[in-house]
Amino acid sequence: MRSDPADFELVAPGTLSAALSLLAEQPGRWLPIAGGTDLMVQYAGGKLGGSRLVSLWNLPELRRIDVSKEEVGVGAGCTYTDLREHEVIAREFPLLASAARWTGGVANQNRGTLGGNIVNASPAADSLPALLVYEAELILVSARGERRVKYLDFHTGYKKTVLAADELIRTVCLARRFTGYISYSRKVGARNAQAISKVCVAALARLESGVVEDVRIAAGSVAPMPVRLRNTELVLKGQVIDAALVRRAHESATAEVRPIDDIRSTAAYRSAVLGNLVEEFLNELSKDEHGA
Amino acid sequence: MSTRPAPCEVSLTVNGEERAIRAYPMERLLDVLRRQLGLTGSKEGCGEGECGSCSVLMDGAVVNSCLVPVLQAQGAKIVTIEGLTSGSQLHALQQAFLNCGGAQCGICTPGIIMAASHLLSKRPRPTLQEIRDGLSGNLCRCTGYAQICEAVAEAAVQGNMG
Repeated sequence: MRSDPADFELVAPGTLSAALSLLAEQPGRWLPIAGGTDLMVQYAGGKLGGSRLVSLWNLPELRRIDVSKEEVGVGAGCTYTDLREHEVIAREFPLLASAARWTGGVANQNRGTLGGNIVNASPAADSLPALLVYEAELILVSARGERRVKYLDFHTGYKKTVLAADELIRTVCLARRFTGYISYSRKVGARNAQAISKVCVAALARLESGVVEDVRIAAGSVAPMPVRLRNTELVLKGQVIDAALVRRAHESATAEVRPIDDIRSTAAYRSAVLGNLVEEFLNELSKDEHGA
Repeated sequence: MSTRPAPCEVSLTVNGEERAIRAYPMERLLDVLRRQLGLTGSKEGCGEGECGSCSVLMDGAVVNSCLVPVLQAQGAKIVTIEGLTSGSQLHALQQAFLNCGGAQCGICTPGIIMAASHLLSKRPRPTLQEIRDGLSGNLCRCTGYAQICEAVAEAAVQGNMG
C-alpha cells in the first residue's frame, strides 16, 4: 500500500556538518536519502524502513570529484551522470563509467548516487563489482571524525555494512594505478536500462609477454553481496592463457559462488553464465595480447 | 506518540514562474505538479521510476518526478511538458512527434518528449544509438519505438536549422 506523506518527516540540513549533527544527536533515528531512486520506490510501496528522513541530495561537500596525482576522490553524492561525464573516470576507471551507463535510465542516472548504491548494499548493484576490482577505499565521516576503510571490507553480509548509525560515506577513493590494464565488463539482464542484473562482471588484467601478471575479477548477483573471485584469480595468476586454463578458470568461477533462485533468474543459470563471462573475458584478453 | 510532521513551504520555479507551495516534504513532486499546480501533462505510470511517464526537467536534467520528494525541489527550476514552449507554437519535438506518428495513446509522450529535450540539450545531433540510450528509461506500449526515435531525429534536424 502506498505511503501517506503526512506520516513522514523529511529535513534538508543543507550542509554535511548539519546532517552529521542530526545523525549524532539521535543515531539510528534518521534515514539518509540522496537521489531517492531506491528509497522512493520503497516509499511508494509502503515499505520504507523509517519515517524520519534527512536529505543529502546536492550537498556540495558530497557532490565533487577531486583528482590528485595519486587518486580520484569521488564524493558519495555524485550521480551516475557525474561519473559518466567525468573525463578522468572515463579514461582511467572505464569499468565504473560503464557501470554508471548501465544503471537505470538517464533520469535515474541523474538522481542515483554512488554512495547510495554502496549503502543500499544490493548484491545486484552494477557499480559495486567495479569498486571491488579497483580496490576502492571509502572515507566514512561522522560528528566523531573520519575513518578510511577498504571497500572490500565494507559489506559484511546481505544488505549489511560496517557503517555506524551516525556515519555517512563521504568519499570513494580510487588509486590511479591501472593504466596498462585491460578491462572487461558485462551485464546480463532482461535489458540494459532499468533492469536489475541477473549476473554482472567487472574484470581487470595486466599481461606481460602473454603471462597474466595481475588479474582481478568481481561479480554481482552471484552471492549475498558483490564478490571478488579470489580462487579464480589465483588459478590465472602467473599463467599463460590457453584453452586448458580457460576451462579451469570457468570451473573455478562457477564453484566459488553461491547464487540463488529468485524472480530474476535461477542459481544454475547464474553459475553457468558467470563461467561463460569469465571465459569471454579470458578470450578477449588473449585476443588483445595477440593483437598488441 | 510523536506528533505528525507539519506541511512545509517550498519555493520553486515551474515553467518559468516562481511558485510557493505548501506540502508535506515527502510529497512526490509529481503529485504537487498535478494536484496543486494543475499540470496534468506529466503522467503516473509505474510510480517507481521504471517507465519515465512522469519525466520532467529539474535544473536542466531529466528526472522521474514520482521519485522526487518535493522538499528536494526547493529552489529548483522545473520544466514540464506544459512549459516546453510558450504561446501557441509547438516545440520542434512536439511537431516532429505529430509528423512522424510518434504518439498513439499519448500516455508516455510527455515523458518521452521531456527526456528527448534533455538529450537534445546535451547532444544536438544524436545518432540513433544515442537517441535509444537517451530514451531507454521511457517505456511505450503502443506507438512503437521506431516512430518515436524517428521523431527525435527529425526534431534534431529542425532544431539545428534554426
